[in-house]
Amino acid sequence: MSEQKPVWKSDMDEIDEKLIRLIQDGIEFTHSPFAAAAVELGISEDEIVSHLKKLIEEKKIRRFGASIGHIALGFTANGMGVWDIPEDKIEEIGQKMASFHEVSHCYQRPRSEEWPYNMYTMIHGRTQDECKAVAEKISIAVGISEYKLVFSERELKKKGVRI
Amino acid sequence: MAAVQNKPVELDEIDRKLINLIQLNFPVSAHPFEDIAAEIGTTEDVVIDKLSRLKKEGVIRRIGPIINTRGIGGTNTLAAVKVPENQIDKAAAVINRYDEVSHNYLRNEEYNIWFTVSAPTQDRLNQILSEIQTELDCPLLDLPTIKQFKIQVNFHV
Repeated sequence: MSEQKPVWKSDMDEIDEKLIRLIQDGIEFTHSPFAAAAVELGISEDEIVSHLKKLIEEKKIRRFGASIGHIALGFTANGMGVWDIPEDKIEEIGQKMASFHEVSHCYQRPRSEEWPYNMYTMIHGRTQDECKAVAEKISIAVGISEYKLVFSERELKKKGVRI
Repeated sequence: MAAVQNKPVELDEIDRKLINLIQLNFPVSAHPFEDIAAEIGTTEDVVIDKLSRLKKEGVIRRIGPIINTRGIGGTNTLAAVKVPENQIDKAAAVINRYDEVSHNYLRNEEYNIWFTVSAPTQDRLNQILSEIQTELDCPLLDLPTIKQFKIQVNFHV
């Protein structure tokens, strides 16, 4: 198997790319968390802030903030709802599913004979029953009863995207 | 399912305020912890102490940029493999070897290992999936996003 490292040829400018590489594993909790990166890049901390704001505006960064260890918070149940939705109702039902605050991710994905589901909703809860109740509530709201809730039994990796 | 038996970390009122704030409204500024302190009515030292403790206890994994793979010209997918029960650990090791694999979960389903891959190019993504499938010799589902209706991870405490 190949052991090559990913090579990101993004359309980011060089400073943006270097900046992300410097801070992507997390900033230090200090008065001036960008001071070291500023020295490294030869720009001011305020300029770093401007770069970050621009990256967020351009949607190259989804957000700047904390990644939470949800298990430590007691959100131990993680149910992936997979739904079989008629193609002509995807848009309407996708919007409706996304409006539930308990749903963190809602994606349309391709179905196949082997796996006939075309919509995915991620539901986090403190218990599996809590997730099941949410899925049932969604099922009734959108009028789709063809679904499965697939629970996570073990986290094998969670790292977040790095470049 | 060891994690289920773990007791959640105990939080006080300031911890809760901090956790709710730093997920979606972390201030992008030169001195963010000072700004947070002003926002919730405490001192920067308290904020830094509290956040450091929450990080040590695993409540905070990191504070940093959440990269939008497609926004920077890359691509990603959700994939699932159907692996025999006694080969799960081996399969997890094979899949997790790739830096491009960001999340990986064992799930209670016939397709039992579900993972996300983010790569700079479609070629590289295809190469990774094909190598995994070859090495594990098992059925694989490649489920790229057709449409994203929502991504808003927020644990309210």
